[in-house]
Amino acid sequence: MSTGNMNLTLKVWRQKNSQTAGKFVTYKAEGISEDMSFLEMLDVVNESLTKKNDEPIYFDHDCREGICGSCSLYINGHPHGPKKAITTCQLHMRTFSDGETITIEPWRSAAFPVIKDLGTDRSAFDRIQQAGGFISVNTGGAQDANAILIPKVVADEAFNSATCIGCGACVAACKNASAMLFVSAKITQLGLLPQGQPERYSRVQAMVAQMDEEGFGNCTNTGACEAECPKEITLTNIARMNNDFFSAKLFREEHAHDHTGGE
Amino acid sequence: MSLDAKIPQGPLAEKWSKHKFNLKLVNPANKRKYDVIIVGTGLAGASAAASLAELGYNVKSFCFQDSPRRAHSIAAQGGINAAKNYQNDGDSVYRLFYDTIKGGDYRAREGNVYRLAEVSVNIIDQCVAQGVPFAREYGGLLDNRSFGGSQVSRTFYARGQTGQQLLLGAYSALNRQIHLGKVKMYTRTEMLDVVTIDGQAKGIVTRNLKTGEIETHAGHAVLLATGGYGNVFYLSTNAIGSNVTAAWRAHKRGAFFANPCYTQIHPTCIPVTGDHQSKLTLMSESLRNDGRVWAPKTVEVANKLQKKEITAAQVKEDERDYFLERKYPSFGNLVPRDVASRNAKEMSDEGRGVGTTGLAVYLDFAEAIQRLGEDTVRAKYGNLFDMYYQITDENPYKQPMRIYPAVHYTMGGLWVDYNLSTNVPGLYAMGECNFSDHGANRLGASALMQGLSDGYFVIPYTLGDYLATIGPKPVDKNHPAFEKTKQEVIAYNNKLLALKGNKTVVEYHRELGHIMWEYCGMARTEEGLTHAKGLIKALKADFWKNAIVTGENDEVNAALERAGRVADFIELGELMVTDALARRESCGGHFRLESQTPEGEALRDDENFAFVSAWEFKGEDQEEELHKEELIFENVKLSQRSYK
Ligand SMILES: Cc1cc2nc3c(=O)[nH]c(=O)nc-3n(C[C@H](O)[C@H](O)[C@H](O)COP(=O)(O)OP(=O)(O)OC[C@H]3O[C@@H](n4cnc5c(N)ncnc54)[C@H](O)[C@@H]3O)c2cc1C
Ligand code: SF4
Ligand code: FES
Repeated sequence: MSTGNMNLTLKVWRQKNSQTAGKFVTYKAEGISEDMSFLEMLDVVNESLTKKNDEPIYFDHDCREGICGSCSLYINGHPHGPKKAITTCQLHMRTFSDGETITIEPWRSAAFPVIKDLGTDRSAFDRIQQAGGFISVNTGGAQDANAILIPKVVADEAFNSATCIGCGACVAACKNASAMLFVSAKITQLGLLPQGQPERYSRVQAMVAQMDEEGFGNCTNTGACEAECPKEITLTNIARMNNDFFSAKLFREEHAHDHTGGE
Repeated sequence: MSLDAKIPQGPLAEKWSKHKFNLKLVNPANKRKYDVIIVGTGLAGASAAASLAELGYNVKSFCFQDSPRRAHSIAAQGGINAAKNYQNDGDSVYRLFYDTIKGGDYRAREGNVYRLAEVSVNIIDQCVAQGVPFAREYGGLLDNRSFGGSQVSRTFYARGQTGQQLLLGAYSALNRQIHLGKVKMYTRTEMLDVVTIDGQAKGIVTRNLKTGEIETHAGHAVLLATGGYGNVFYLSTNAIGSNVTAAWRAHKRGAFFANPCYTQIHPTCIPVTGDHQSKLTLMSESLRNDGRVWAPKTVEVANKLQKKEITAAQVKEDERDYFLERKYPSFGNLVPRDVASRNAKEMSDEGRGVGTTGLAVYLDFAEAIQRLGEDTVRAKYGNLFDMYYQITDENPYKQPMRIYPAVHYTMGGLWVDYNLSTNVPGLYAMGECNFSDHGANRLGASALMQGLSDGYFVIPYTLGDYLATIGPKPVDKNHPAFEKTKQEVIAYNNKLLALKGNKTVVEYHRELGHIMWEYCGMARTEEGLTHAKGLIKALKADFWKNAIVTGENDEVNAALERAGRVADFIELGELMVTDALARRESCGGHFRLESQTPEGEALRDDENFAFVSAWEFKGEDQEEELHKEELIFENVKLSQRSYK
């Protein structure tokens, strides 16, 4: 079923589950076309494993067009591979050369335990969002959308932060496994918008507290996250978040932990 | 069994308001005594879960991805319609209603579509309040663009990532309720069956995708928001995981499946390059605001392009056929999807297609770049151009995109009444997994609208009526139906795991896709469909003999997940073919070659086919039974759709 003429050697991390230790296993990927995406190359390998009744390599993926944030492979030492500003599923085999050896690992972070092979549990990210990544508004009571004027520059900047896909590459890239880029993107999006002002300070405190609880590391301003982020979320977001965080402390926001809104 | 759509009586514009008044309410203090199960966290499921939890119900929410934020809605690109008339260009609730009924080729219910248009305005307000960063004009007001099948600008958008932003809005509302303890979230959990007691839905059976554990969950009602089934074609623009399993298993427990053959083939997708391809990528319809679709006028020029002897830029203006502009002067490049797709196919069939396979036409931005400048074009469509470049290695700022139709959306789905209830009491369906609002062809930017309408603004009212009727008595979790259904699921999974043949599940899926695309795709005939039915039956028999399913139940097992989904797709494929055979007319996306106008447009047969086909499952390998819900048009006049 192969259609191309590239032959590659893969060193793939295999691990049965979070309880067992993993190891690298070497596979051949043969007859690979350069028009294939990286995940389609893995599909080919998995098909041949399946034919031999061997267990295929597990990896997370869904949309395969760079938007859902599922795919999460650490390829040759880079989250999402060697190219800038793309996700694993957008990486194509034309980036590699015939005969190359490619090392494929899962995200490595204590807060993202491996569930199997190349798949990790990133639910810590959801819990951080649950702690405060929202505007407390119930369905139904909203005013007319055009009653809130938002200058285009502000809307565009909020949008840039809102493009974070929650993939976790920033954590995987960081030597401290810090989640600051991810957390700051949401804080910045909501903090820039007028709708986000009432809970601005309580939000940052709640989200940062949850982030610490999940065991993510500290930010030491190395910038590896920004360099590897497929959506080009910038370090400016972290600066904004730090600002809000210190302001929140300074003003001892009265309702720091009471940001949940009414039922 | 007669199908009652429960459309309220009275004038169109008053139906929904009156209905809301007539629905029973659950006393606020009693709401917390009800448990509601919602499967799916896309736009429909997440919005419903958040809204129902806000009202006070206890919600259990399920998705198979590792996070609710990754539901397939995240991938929607172009935008969401709403009859806000912010542009003062003549839009109104009635016009959105009319465009949608006409776009659906008069195969949708007037009452449902009007309600959809009516609540569309609330959706935008709600999303903005949540912090969804829609595109804005310099003065700070919301911006709009145009989509196919309409002559007004009513589409709200967030660059090419509208679905992502809307879903993150709904996800944030959901998160707030998870935080408050009103929603319990189950990620990486797949629903595999519905539990019914005395004919009413009372729970579900799920598999924990991390541990393999098969569990049961009880609730006063079960709401499915599990998305569309376009992946029955193997290649589609849907996410790899999108599947029909939840809807199909509900169907096998008694829920009727409506209009399964209505499939939307989207005209502008990146063409197939080879057999290795695992999915197709959409290039949003919004691109047709500025991109011009063309093919060479002659086969000779097309041949040269296919062999790469010349480039598109070298094709002179008078050698190009801007076929949509030529044939449909008033809508031009913005004709509805079914029309645009058939025309692109016609070009390729005539030998005028481009690209190495000849299965493509051009979508050209040269004129727009000249008129607006490259920066403006980048600001509008940058992420789509980047996506195109990543996949094809061709720069669309410099050369036209190659595009071809691909399966994109399924208008068919579980039959529901006006209250979004299936014919199984207590079982509801929302979003793409129901059949309700788009008739035989969905207009662009209307799926997001429908998903959010169902979840934010319809189900919170209609579900209350049912719950108030059955009362808050807890569901008996010890009822034997739970254990029985669970054991059936376990037995079914074991049957799949026992398959140790010689052909992979992906191979079966691909083969099914070929059959569906060939015989139940853009052009369908009696002969082809009959042939396809035989092929699918044979494929099913072969699957249950020769498929390979690796691994065990009690672990992460993607092979088992895929096998279950493909097995269901095979059965659904057969029903789609049956439905396409029964509908001896053309309408919207369902094009029977035997039924076309002299100009080659879809020719409806209103006298005999102005009905919804609702299919009843009659047992394994039995022919399904057709029930008809007549469509009644009191406000619009049925006419041959014209976009000329
Ligand atoms: C590429 C692309 C672009 C699009 N662009 C637009 C656009 O611009 N405008 C527009 O209006 N429409 C667009 N559409 C269509 C639109 O995105 C979808 O119709 C819509 O998002 C479907 O939403 P949903 O909530 O019904 O389902 P989905 O978003 O598909 O969500 C399904 C949910 O159900 C869950 N699920 C499914 N089965 C099970 C199971 N068995 N057990 C547990 N959970 C399950 C999934 O985990 C997921 O959470 C686009 C579609 C595609 C493919
Ligand atoms: S900030 Fe970037 S790298 Fe981190 S989760 Fe978001 S998109 Fe991924
Ligand atoms: S699979 Fe969705 S971003 Fe890669």
